[in-house]
Order: sequence, then C-alpha cells, then structure tokens
Amino acid sequence: MMKPVNQAQISFPSYSVNEGFGRAAVAAFLAQLDPTVADLADMRTAVSEAVTNAIVHGYRDKKGTVYISAKIFEDGKAVVRVRDKGCGIPDVKQAMEPLFTTGGEERAGLGFAVMQSFCDSVRVTSTVGRGTSVTLTKHFEPKE
Amino acid sequence: MSVQLSYKEGVLTAKLTGEIDHHSAREMREAIDDTAQKLKPYCLRLDFMEVPFMDSSGVGLILGRVRLCNFWRGRVVLCGLSPNLNKMVELAGISSVAAIERRAG
Repeated sequence: MMKPVNQAQISFPSYSVNEGFGRAAVAAFLAQLDPTVADLADMRTAVSEAVTNAIVHGYRDKKGTVYISAKIFEDGKAVVRVRDKGCGIPDVKQAMEPLFTTGGEERAGLGFAVMQSFCDSVRVTSTVGRGTSVTLTKHFEPKE
Repeated sequence: MSVQLSYKEGVLTAKLTGEIDHHSAREMREAIDDTAQKLKPYCLRLDFMEVPFMDSSGVGLILGRVRLCNFWRGRVVLCGLSPNLNKMVELAGISSVAAIERRAG
C-alpha cells in the first residue's frame, strides 16, 4: 500500500447547509494535484452526493457528524472517504441501483450512479445501526 | 434571492443563481412552484446561466418541475447549462422530458 503524500480530515454536523462546505473543502485540498477544471468538478460533484447521502439518509432520524478524509498519492490518485455514524444501509447493492431512493419524490435516486460515473471507483461499506462509509477514488491527470 | 422570476406571454422564466444542492434546491423549488401554480405557464424556462455547480439534487428539481407542469400540459425548457451541468443532465436522461437550449457562444 502506497503512503499518501498529503492528507486532510474534516468533520462537521449533519446540517444541510454544510453540504457546500464539505465539497468545497475537498476541492480546495485536491487543487494541489493541479487537476483540470472538469476533473475537479467531477470529484466535487461526487463528494456532494456522498455528503448529501450521509445527511439525508444516514442521519435521517437524528443529527450527527459527517467525517471526510482526503488523501492524495504521488501518482495523482485521490481517495476521499465520506463516513457517517447514522442508520446504515440494509442492502447496499439495492441502494446503489440507479433510481432507487428512499428520499421522497424530489430525490432523483441518482446519487450512487453519479458517484460511479464521475469517479474511477466507489466502494461502500455499511452496517445497520452503525453507519456508512463511501470511498471515492479518482486519478487526476496533470494539466497539459 | 436565488430565484428571479419573470413572466411574459405564457412563458415563466426562472433565473437560478448559485450552487444547486439538496440544501438550496428546496428554496428554489418553493419559489418556482408558488408562482408556477398560480400562472400555469405553457412553458417554464429554467435558466442555469448563473449556476456554477449542480449535483443530482438539481435533477430532482428539474424532474419535479416537469411533473408539476404536466398537470396543465405545460413544458419545461432548460437553458444556460455549462459543460459540467450538461454532463449531469445527460447522465439523468433529462432530454427525454425537457427541451434543452444550447448555450450561445
């Protein structure tokens, strides 16, 4: 396992107003990889989806803390983990299907589809009653 | 204000400003629906020119307005989408339920 060349941790209460802070903080940290505008926008979007899931689904019944860790590696890879200690997902496979949502009619049910489409890989681990962890990996090609 | 509304000859234009996420989408939705339900426009034009960021909450916002306008057979038109927003709109297959005006220039 390669060691990260830099890493950052942030945490904040699960208020929806913090969604913007979470994705902006990660994007600011990843800026040192000198990413293209499009690549950084993709990661910002994926992080927004993961943070929103933690707030809307993980902490649907109670407020809690959203934890984000971001790591960057020498080869330009970024790994961002978004974690909550909320209700957990009973069936991760089903939750990751496009259009599956428990969030009501104004939720598109596209969160995981967007993460998968905008990142290289998405890994989800979840335990009911304990929480969910979403790990987003994306390789950033240096700008031309 | 994150939504500026203007109405002319059956077309309600909602000029959206700022990042669209789960937090901001609710306020935008309420602002649009309040007026749209009163005016029942045949066309609801959502202008994204001043929206630098949108996650899938924006897709929910668009699809919800399409559903609302269906009640009076109105249609939804999207305009001013940046390449980032366009990627989201394409992923969600929105072009099958709403017209998309390409950004000029």
